Amino acid sequence: MDALLLPLIVFCPLLAAGILFVSTGRMPARPSCVIGAGSVGLSALLAGRLAAGFLAAPPPTGALHVTLWSWMQVEGFSTRIAFALDPLSLVMMLVVTGVGFLILLYAGGYMHDDPDIARFFGCMTLFVAAMLVLVFSSDLLSLYIGWEGVGICSYLLIGFWHTDAANVAAARKAFIVTRIGDAAMLCGLLLLATQAGTLDIAALLHIVATGPAQLLPTTAAFLLLGGAVAKSAQVPLQTWLPDAMAGPTPVSALIHAATMVTAGVYLIARLHPLFMAVPAAMTAVALVGLVTLLLAAGSALVQTDIKRILAYSTMSQIGYMFLALGSGAWQAAIFHLVTHAFFKALLFMAAGAIILRVHHRQDIYQMGGLAPAMPGVFAAFLAGAAALAGLPLLTAGFYSKEMILQGAWHANPLLWAGALLGAFATAIYIFRCVFIVFFGTRHTEPKGHTGATMAIPLACLAILALAGGWMEMPDTIAPVHLLSHLLSPLFGTPMAEGPSWLLWAGSLVPLTGVGVAWLLWRPRTQARTTPEDAIARLARTGWGFDTLYDMLFVRPFITLGRLNQSDICDRLSDATAATARTGGRMLSHMQSGQVRRYAGWIAAGTVVALCLGIRA
Amino acid sequence: MNAASPTQALLLATILFATGLLGVLARRNLLLMLMSIEIMLNAAALAFIAAGARWHAAQGQVMFLMILSLAAAEAAVGLAIILRLHAAGRPTLDADTGNRLKG
Repeated sequence: MDALLLPLIVFCPLLAAGILFVSTGRMPARPSCVIGAGSVGLSALLAGRLAAGFLAAPPPTGALHVTLWSWMQVEGFSTRIAFALDPLSLVMMLVVTGVGFLILLYAGGYMHDDPDIARFFGCMTLFVAAMLVLVFSSDLLSLYIGWEGVGICSYLLIGFWHTDAANVAAARKAFIVTRIGDAAMLCGLLLLATQAGTLDIAALLHIVATGPAQLLPTTAAFLLLGGAVAKSAQVPLQTWLPDAMAGPTPVSALIHAATMVTAGVYLIARLHPLFMAVPAAMTAVALVGLVTLLLAAGSALVQTDIKRILAYSTMSQIGYMFLALGSGAWQAAIFHLVTHAFFKALLFMAAGAIILRVHHRQDIYQMGGLAPAMPGVFAAFLAGAAALAGLPLLTAGFYSKEMILQGAWHANPLLWAGALLGAFATAIYIFRCVFIVFFGTRHTEPKGHTGATMAIPLACLAILALAGGWMEMPDTIAPVHLLSHLLSPLFGTPMAEGPSWLLWAGSLVPLTGVGVAWLLWRPRTQARTTPEDAIARLARTGWGFDTLYDMLFVRPFITLGRLNQSDICDRLSDATAATARTGGRMLSHMQSGQVRRYAGWIAAGTVVALCLGIRA
Repeated sequence: MNAASPTQALLLATILFATGLLGVLARRNLLLMLMSIEIMLNAAALAFIAAGARWHAAQGQVMFLMILSLAAAEAAVGLAIILRLHAAGRPTLDADTGNRLKG
């Protein structure tokens, strides 16, 4: 029964995607929404059923294995399309289907008057299916199918409104930048396949654990890290995420906040024995996370576009997850992944609701004073912002961030200090957004109202963003460890908690951040303008990474292309043709039609042939 | 009378052949070119005779007879072509105008 449910969860959205793509342009909006959201809803129900069964009676081996078919079998290497459900993929499955369903429901309201809605839902359901393949695969090669599948869906959906060239450019950028990481990852996979002779995750990790010398875990770990870094928009391959906000807001919520960008975190968590075998890679993961979370938080402080604030915040929060992974606090990373999916999807969807109401404006300085006009959306956004900032006790973000801070403290107090600084900045930038958007004088009069299909998911996620953290609490508050216990077969028991003043610091810093934000951006203060000094400009453009890459890679490439416009390579083949033509023209002069000349050539040729014959 | 040595005979044949070739290349008169070709054929025939004498084999003389008849046939064909050209209204023996041949 369960063995049948597992592939069915993937198959539902896949089938919906097939139907929607085939009927695109012919199917009206409402059936498209029903098929799109309904299929993922069905998946969520099945996932709930499967999870309940799994939790009630865990399989004896700790994981439910379903082999669909054997993909290829050659001498020394074989691979299967196989799914496995273990606690980690169980958590991911619930997030992807649950949050995915809420977002698709919301998208039904958000996109209802778009003429291409069938294509939209087709891509979204295909994305969910690919993400589930990624999460379920027990073989790295089929995981790679899902990995590339979510990549292509991300590309299609960022460029969804493809009549605008800027959107298409953003989609291309996202695709190319993640492709760089994917190439590294593919190299890593090939290395593992050639060295270990298998890509089956369990077998691979067993080989890593027993540690034969010929395996190259260091190189493989770093190559896989490259793939994870690009997918999860971490430094140095983070530049694509802010531009990816060109897509519709539900896309940003589903793909670029809740699920796809956390695939890198999932990959590293899934292969954590490999990374643990390479201390340098762990350090690199932690440093990448720390640098990203600080840089992105700095950028988010000065953005003026509400979606870009959230995009930088996503990068920053995934930085936290990487920091946790690098510190060996695997449970904390997964916990934060889950709570982040709740509150960031909520923030994006609330932002989308605001954007719809204020005539598709995204500049926060053009909003202002929206709280009385849309109290429901305000409450939802506030819940998300509080969770993102990690306001103590009440919000999910507090508990997960606290766990990461504990993990960072154990790894290195410097990491902890950096993460705490990031938490401070997080509270400031998100409450800056709250205060500017919802308080003060109103610059744009909102129109219409937020429909039920959009309000219900907002409400559900708001509850999750607040209460979702209660499944895992520090011992000082209450000894609840549901998630850690669930994940402990994979990751082992979590680290002991540090001194209790860590908890105090982690609680007070976000509150201070909110206070600072109130001082700076409360109604009728001087700072409520776009910051314009040099550092702010640099931070707003993402610390100049775009300019740097433009100079280092894009321009030389374009110059090379322009040089080659006249086809240097073609010159070679052109030269061959020209030589043949000239030679032919010269030889054609011999065909004079004069018998005596011919006779002369024959004689000369004979003489030459004779000479050669004699010499030989 | 001393029989000529094969070397001498071959030398004579070479000289004859070169003379004939020179004639073909240098002369423009069709009749003279035909005569030069005859000389070349005879040079070849002489080489066969010399070889036949050297190895006391009859084939050399057989080949001579063969070449003799070939030369006669060649002369007949060549002269026929010249006559044909004349009949077609080209009263010239200049070989270099032959490339304007048409139809």
